[in-house]
Amino acid sequence: MNVPEDLRYSSDHEWCRQEGDHVRVGITDYAQDALGDIVYVQLPEPGAAASAGQPLCELESTKSVSDVFAPLDGTVVEVNSELVDSPQRVNEDPYGEGWICLIKPASAEAFGSLMGAEGYRKLIEA
Amino acid sequence: MSSPGGPAAGAPAPSARAPAPGGRAASAPLLGHDEEPTLFELSVPGRRSASFRTTGVPEWSAEELVPAEELRPEPPALAEVSERDLVAHLTRLSHRQYSVDLGAYPLGSCTMKYNPKLCDEAAALPGFTNVHPATPASHAQGWLALLWSLADALCRVTGMDAATLQPPAGAAGELTGLLIMRAWHRSQGRSPGKILIPDSAHGTNPASVSLAGYETVSVPSDERGLVSPEAVRRHLSPDVAGIMLTNPNTLGLFEEHIAEVAGLVHDAGGLLYYDGANLNAIMGVTKPAAMGFDIVHLNLHKTFAVPHGGGGPGAGPVAVTARLAEFLPGPVVARADDGTFYWDGPARSIGRTHGWHGNALALVRAWAYILSNGSDGLRRVSEVAVLNANWLLARLRGTYTVPFDRRAMHEVVVSTKDAPGAAGALRALDVGKRLLDKGFHAPTIYFPLVVPEALMIEPTETESPQTVAALADALVEIAREGPEVAAGAPHATPVGRADEARAARRLVLTWDAVGPA
Repeated sequence: MNVPEDLRYSSDHEWCRQEGDHVRVGITDYAQDALGDIVYVQLPEPGAAASAGQPLCELESTKSVSDVFAPLDGTVVEVNSELVDSPQRVNEDPYGEGWICLIKPASAEAFGSLMGAEGYRKLIEA
Repeated sequence: MSSPGGPAAGAPAPSARAPAPGGRAASAPLLGHDEEPTLFELSVPGRRSASFRTTGVPEWSAEELVPAEELRPEPPALAEVSERDLVAHLTRLSHRQYSVDLGAYPLGSCTMKYNPKLCDEAAALPGFTNVHPATPASHAQGWLALLWSLADALCRVTGMDAATLQPPAGAAGELTGLLIMRAWHRSQGRSPGKILIPDSAHGTNPASVSLAGYETVSVPSDERGLVSPEAVRRHLSPDVAGIMLTNPNTLGLFEEHIAEVAGLVHDAGGLLYYDGANLNAIMGVTKPAAMGFDIVHLNLHKTFAVPHGGGGPGAGPVAVTARLAEFLPGPVVARADDGTFYWDGPARSIGRTHGWHGNALALVRAWAYILSNGSDGLRRVSEVAVLNANWLLARLRGTYTVPFDRRAMHEVVVSTKDAPGAAGALRALDVGKRLLDKGFHAPTIYFPLVVPEALMIEPTETESPQTVAALADALVEIAREGPEVAAGAPHATPVGRADEARAARRLVLTWDAVGPA
């Protein structure tokens, strides 16, 4: 499984990348593999509040419908609307073109308290 | 199949794939891998399934009868085929279907048991089929007697006190039950907003909770696959309206702590909802009321041999304890002192949940099934269902991973992950597909979600020991063959591995959107 070193992770299998004041969010390679072929992405609304650990949006695969949980508190400022027509990007490029949304975190410290690559690798190998 | 307005303008051009207008002849081979053409590919301009040339009735064109502004500019693009070709087409398709009547259908959680033809015969009796639902009660006493008797029998099976037969499906029963729960809380001057649901629950449970305006709180299963009283206690609060459980749960395990859980929920002011999807495991042995439940829905199309699959019609009656009876959807059938039956409206009814009296002919089938089995027979149904599942589990242990290895109830959950008897890393999807080659319907896969690569297998009581043995042999053989054989399966069916992901991503529901090839 691909677990990039430069990202932070939640225990619900979301990845986070710090980009200036914002945090880009997607699901991990492990999560997309477990879900199987994603066929529909219900994106969050731009401007919606994100609450750590609470459902942010939904992914539907050929296996099931699953919640994506917000990795930290904040506000959704941008969503990847390309996923509406091309949900397979989440499978093909989970850390790149398959990103889900951009969040403005409520606090500057939240990102730093997320798991590093090593911790996440341990979690999925357990 | 003919288009109004005469000429076939606007009909699709004959398919480029078809060798001649009309595609294939009606006597085309039944088996093999040839694709069945669509009706549009069979279409020949001007071909009709009936003609009326000997009637002597004068013919009028649509333009002469209908004002111009009401007419389509062009006739709709319907397929033009003869009755003979149409029947051949539909019959060929029907021969490619797998059904409960054809063989074992071990689709876990769905209880795809064989449905006795006796029940169909009962439902086809003209006394049942030729009655309008608005017929006054005085002229439909037989129907009312049946509905009253069925509700009474379902109350005996569940230990409840009153029932509605209106909900047309299990999920409709769930919503009905939750609305009753809310009405009861309101009558107590409370409006809690949350419902507890174990993480092994059926997907319809949280969906019904959302639809009813509640919020779902997920309760994790313990390491034995059960709901623990500790976990329930942690999640209880004055804002919890109740808990939804199915027992046995979706792992096919009996919830051993159910009495303690019921006590905790009741003490906190909540109600217990029983999802009857798995009643086939306990019927005649124990009752939801004995476990402390307040509201039960039953899937007559699972437990009581009403045919299902392909969209129904099912039936999801809801039974409740005495204190909730006044909230049931109305009307319900009541019996007067003189033995006659009449429609009665529960005092504080939540209102109708179905236009008439539910899927009434499904109710006739269920009643015929109950009468033909008797109470001892219903108990035997559950005993054999549980025996078949445990026998199957014993045969699969050692080949597949058994995540929660305890006495199973009516269904078993195994996993292909690290399966000890598999020649390589098998996927549940591939095992399911390969089983089609062996002459069985696939089991449920990837459910419950708490088990990775899950196969959820429910042989039901209607399969003989020989059939269950053949199913076990097939599953063991698939593991031994390994992932290379399974990966491309099914090999023997007319259609192989359809691209489900593409079909779901690019939904095309009309021929117009595809156009002739």
